[in-house]
Order: sequence, then C-alpha cells, then structure tokens
Amino acid sequence: MLVEVLFWIFASVLAIAALGMITVRNPVHSALLLVLCFFTSAAIWLLIEAEFLAVVLILVYVGAVMVLFLFVVMMLDINVEEVRARVTRYALFGGVVAGVVVFEIVSVVWTRSLGLDVTTGAQAQPATYSNTAELGALLYTQYVYPFELAAVLLLIAIVAAISLTMRKRAGLKQQNVSKQVAVRREDRVRIVKMQAEGAEPPQPAPEPSSTGKAP
Amino acid sequence: MIPLNWLLIVSSVLFAISVAGMFINRKNLILLLMCVELLLLAVNFNFVAFSRYLNDINGQIFVFFVLTVAAAESAIGLAILVVLFRERRTINVEDMSTLKG
Repeated sequence: MLVEVLFWIFASVLAIAALGMITVRNPVHSALLLVLCFFTSAAIWLLIEAEFLAVVLILVYVGAVMVLFLFVVMMLDINVEEVRARVTRYALFGGVVAGVVVFEIVSVVWTRSLGLDVTTGAQAQPATYSNTAELGALLYTQYVYPFELAAVLLLIAIVAAISLTMRKRAGLKQQNVSKQVAVRREDRVRIVKMQAEGAEPPQPAPEPSSTGKAP
Repeated sequence: MIPLNWLLIVSSVLFAISVAGMFINRKNLILLLMCVELLLLAVNFNFVAFSRYLNDINGQIFVFFVLTVAAAESAIGLAILVVLFRERRTINVEDMSTLKG
C-alpha cells in the first residue's frame, strides 16, 4: 500500500515538474526542473527495483548532462524575452497532439492488458537479489562488444565536442608539429658571402665545391 | 507491487508533455534539447517497466545503452549550440535559415 501511495506522489511530482519545465520562461529554471524530473524518475525506478539504473540516471544525467546544460545556459548570454516570445497557436496545437498521444496510449494500455498476468505478475525480489550484479554479469559476457562500442561512442563524443568548440585565438603561441617536421634546411639557413673584416684587400674566393656546405 | 499499467501511463504522460514542450518552445534550441532528454527518459521508463514485469533483464541493458547514446548526443548538441551562438549571437531556431530548408 505504501508503495502505491509513494508511486502516485512521485508520478504527480514528475508530471508537474515536466509541465513546469516546458512552460517556465527562464531556461535555468527549466534545467533545474528537469533535474527534479530525473530525480523523481530515479525514485520510481527504485520502487520497481531497478536500483542500478536509478543510480546511473542520477550520476550520469544529474551529475554530468544537466550540469553541462546548466553550464551552457549560464555561459551563453541568451535574451530570454526575445527567445520565449510565446505563440499560443502552437501551444494549443502542441496540447492537442499531447492529448491525442496520451488518449491513444492510455486506451490501448487500459483495455488490452487488464486480463493479462504480466501486468500484475511481478513479485518482489528476495533480499539477496542484486540488480547490479545481474546487470554486470550480463553486460560483461553477452553484451561485451556493445559495451566496448558504447565506450568508443563516448570517446567520439568527447573528441567531437572538443574539436567543435575549440577556438583559435589571435596571437596565441603554439607548436605546429607538421610544419616543424616538414621544414627544410633552405628555409632556415641562408648562406651569404661577405668580405672578411680587416684591412686585407679582397681575395678572389674559391668557387664553392658543393652547395651543401654551411659557413 | 505497482501494476504495469500505471507505469506505462506515467511514461506516456511524460512523453506527451515533452512532445507538447517541443511545440511550445520551438524557438529555443536549448529547451528543444531538454525536451529530447525528457522524451528519452519516457522511453526508458517503458524499457525498465517491461523488463521488470517480464523478468527479462535485457531491457535494463538496453536502457544503459540508451543513456550512453543520450549523453553523447547532448554533449555534441550542446557543442554545436555553443559554436552556433558564437557565430550568430542567437539560438533562435528561426534565424537558422542558411540552408534554405
């Protein structure tokens, strides 16, 4: 009974936070309400015994992605009033689309699955059950190649994000390794002939036997 | 335990709210990215719920990968957003008409 009450509390907090996220004017408030959405979702996932994913949701989303969002929102000086010029026509249209989506899914879910065992069949796991151990056992055996691919994907994302946002400043002193490697002797050393300092009259210098002789 | 229906309904409400958010905030690129995150969360809700009620943990593995891809997507999206703001001094979607789309 307590679980059901908690579920409805979390679900209503989730819906209200999501509604607030799409309607408040300030993007910082939107990001914070999205953080609240992720927290309550993690709580609901804990209620249905998916502990590892709940923790990962908080660590990855709240800890990394939303901090990135907040950082970008605060770093860019966005003119809120200009951007959020509201068009009520589109708000009405969006509300109609959302209502149709909810109506369709609810009608399907409510009518089609009432008689099935699967909707009520989940039993609480025993106290020795470890969601993390189960996931890890599967992730490092059967899904080890997709896991590696996910790591490569994250690496590509890091490289792409850095290379997109890196900016060349004027007057910045830095090495250009390819230019350093490609340099030739003629670019750096110039051989000039000049008179030796002193009182002697100039003597005819011998012809240089090879061009590659440095002074 | 909570019936599966309730979870699916909460998920669909979340999905619909984020779709409506895309219509309402259709000028602000940051809010659009946030709505995408909320939409992926709604989908993950379905995965977790079905994985739990069908006693098949593969669904939760899938959520793990969706989280990975979503993190990569938002990182690159925000990087593109920063570059765009640096070039154009605006993140209004309607100002981005260079491609004449």
